[in-house]
Amino acid sequence: MPFFEAVRLALQTIRVQKLKSFFTLLGVMIGVMFLIAVVSIVEGMSDYVENDFAAKIIGTNTFDVSRIPSFVSNADEAQWRAWQRRPRLFDPDYETVRAALPGDFRMARVNQNFLPATVPGLRPRSVQAVSTDATYFDIKKFGLTTGRAFTQQEVATGARVVVIGSEVASYYYEGLDPVGRELRIAGLPYTVIGVIEEQGSVFGFSMDRLAIAPVTTPLTRAINPRGDIDAITVQAGNRELITEGMELTREALRGFRRLGPSDDDTFSLTTSSAALSFFDGLKSKLVLFGTALPAIGLVVGALVIMNIMLVAVSERTREIGVRKALGARRRDIIAQFLVEASTLSIIGAMIGAGCGVGLAKLIAAVTPLPASVAPWSLVAALIVGAGVGITAGIYPASRAARLDPIAALRQE
Amino acid sequence: MSQDLLEVPAGTTPEREAVMRAVGQAPAPEWVIVTRGLKREYDMGGEIVRALRGVDLAVKRNEYVAIMGPSGSGKSTLMNIVGCLDTPNDGEYWLNGQLVSEMKDDALARVRNKEIGFVFQTFNLLPRATALANVELPLVYAGVPAAERKRRAMEALEKVQLGQRVHHRPNELSGGQRQRVAIARALVNDPSILLADEPTGNLDSNTSEEIMRVFEHLADTGQTVIMVTHEPDIASHARRVVVLRDGRIASDETKAQFVARIGAGQHAH
Ligand SMILES: Nc1ncnc2c1ncn2[C@@H]1O[C@H](COP(=O)(O)OP(=O)(O)OP(=O)(O)O)[C@@H](O)[C@H]1O
Ligand SMILES: [Mg+2]
Repeated sequence: MPFFEAVRLALQTIRVQKLKSFFTLLGVMIGVMFLIAVVSIVEGMSDYVENDFAAKIIGTNTFDVSRIPSFVSNADEAQWRAWQRRPRLFDPDYETVRAALPGDFRMARVNQNFLPATVPGLRPRSVQAVSTDATYFDIKKFGLTTGRAFTQQEVATGARVVVIGSEVASYYYEGLDPVGRELRIAGLPYTVIGVIEEQGSVFGFSMDRLAIAPVTTPLTRAINPRGDIDAITVQAGNRELITEGMELTREALRGFRRLGPSDDDTFSLTTSSAALSFFDGLKSKLVLFGTALPAIGLVVGALVIMNIMLVAVSERTREIGVRKALGARRRDIIAQFLVEASTLSIIGAMIGAGCGVGLAKLIAAVTPLPASVAPWSLVAALIVGAGVGITAGIYPASRAARLDPIAALRQE
Repeated sequence: MSQDLLEVPAGTTPEREAVMRAVGQAPAPEWVIVTRGLKREYDMGGEIVRALRGVDLAVKRNEYVAIMGPSGSGKSTLMNIVGCLDTPNDGEYWLNGQLVSEMKDDALARVRNKEIGFVFQTFNLLPRATALANVELPLVYAGVPAAERKRRAMEALEKVQLGQRVHHRPNELSGGQRQRVAIARALVNDPSILLADEPTGNLDSNTSEEIMRVFEHLADTGQTVIMVTHEPDIASHARRVVVLRDGRIASDETKAQFVARIGAGQHAH
């Protein structure tokens, strides 16, 4: 039987058996819909991490020097204990790194923690308190909507000034100019000198609740009571210089800490690419989880289709008997059922793909999760959908095709 | 009386007997159907039902044969095997010089499609397809292009005087009309043999007469026909009558012999 004939026959059967067709469609549709939605969101997240997140959190062309690596994807307890035994970073370490690196590297000491901040008459709120050097603003490429950043001069003198994020400004100084006003952080007063332009959020976590003061203010001890440094952020002039900068830093710190050639480093150097690989690991977990769910949906869809096809086959055993009696070969019957199953499931997959894109957009609109529809996921979903239909159709079809014509005709 | 003589059904000819006994040899071309020692058993959960216990039958081109016999004697079983809808457990079946009993699935499908036209008691039309589409079906599986399919299906429907109702579905047709559609479908691929298993079994007597006239006309125009029936009236339309009993052929006679033997008594009531 020619292919066109089989498709025509399939469409005719689908039209006649509306309910059966509807459930088949539904099975594939739901599976494909979730597949597309989840893949889109995972894809959106990784786009986001690659384009925005790394630059926002880590900075461009930077590496961090810290006691414990900034991004840990998996470490056992022994590893953690080893890290805990490492000496903390103090100003002499910073001076060592600074002396080791040429002038075209920027660097800043960075401490941060969530601390309560107040102004008289308002409920205290926790802000992301950062104590750092003046270069931090350049490294982070922070623009200011009003006022100014602090200078290295102010860092040297320990001026009690603070630059705040836009959310902090709107919470504490609603309708007022924050510049020149006072903000108490961890109990001590600081004068607001500038407001950073809005940074947006990362995975629903606001980047605008910042309060940044010089590293020489008491804020540092409020963050780290021992007075140590969380991290030294170093920015190279360009990407190629990062490795060189890291090598110089490593040598200098190893020398300063008197480590022998066989000793391990007692500090960690983290680049933004390390952060990216951390998120790559996260992404692969997301993809695994994210595809397992819709895969279950598709398996259920496949079972539904297979069941429906089996019912269809026994309902239509007589028809199969008639067709075989008139000269249909085994493969004609299989083709008929397969085309029927795959026509249905391709239509289901296409509707499901449309709904999946819609669902992804909807999730992106009402939740902080980003979404981006990858064209490959549409193609994959269509192939998977059709594959499910064909797989589910093969068993009942081949069963039907094996029947003796008279055995099929005798069934009522 | 020897065992051999007992097995020769009353009325058969020496010519047929010779063909039926040439086991393993392809019959001459004029023999459309030759079966030798055909057996069919059903295993009904341990109990073996012997539907055919060794049937020898030889049918020449242009013959019109009626098959009779009591209910359960194996008439349908024999027809289904001859129509390639069922396979024998033992014995030979030659159709047009080809050994059908050894054929594989695809070859059987081809034989059903090209060599055999089967008319059932229950019509077996596809309920959702029009008369025309039903008649086209064998041509679809023969790979005939759409336009020619339609032309030939129309022709076949006109032969059975149904040219006016080609777009009706089976449930919009009377029993007699449905059986005409089934006959048109059986004929459309120009088969070498037309088989009918109680084709009038579901029809009233007037309609039965009509359908019998269709078969008679076909036989007159050279179509080989084998038909199963319960009615001696209907059997008397045929030119040869084969009677089955307990899965064997009990008699194989000309119409004249058959009528002479039982005709008078049967026609009485
Ligand atoms: N599928 C089957 N399974 C088991 N036994 C069967 C089957 N088909 C037929 N038989 C048995 O084989 C024997 C012959 O049946 P068959 O249908 O050939 O008889 P028949 O001569 O056509 O009868 P009728 O005149 O009632 O149609 C019967 O005993 C029947 O019960
Ligand atoms: Mg019968």
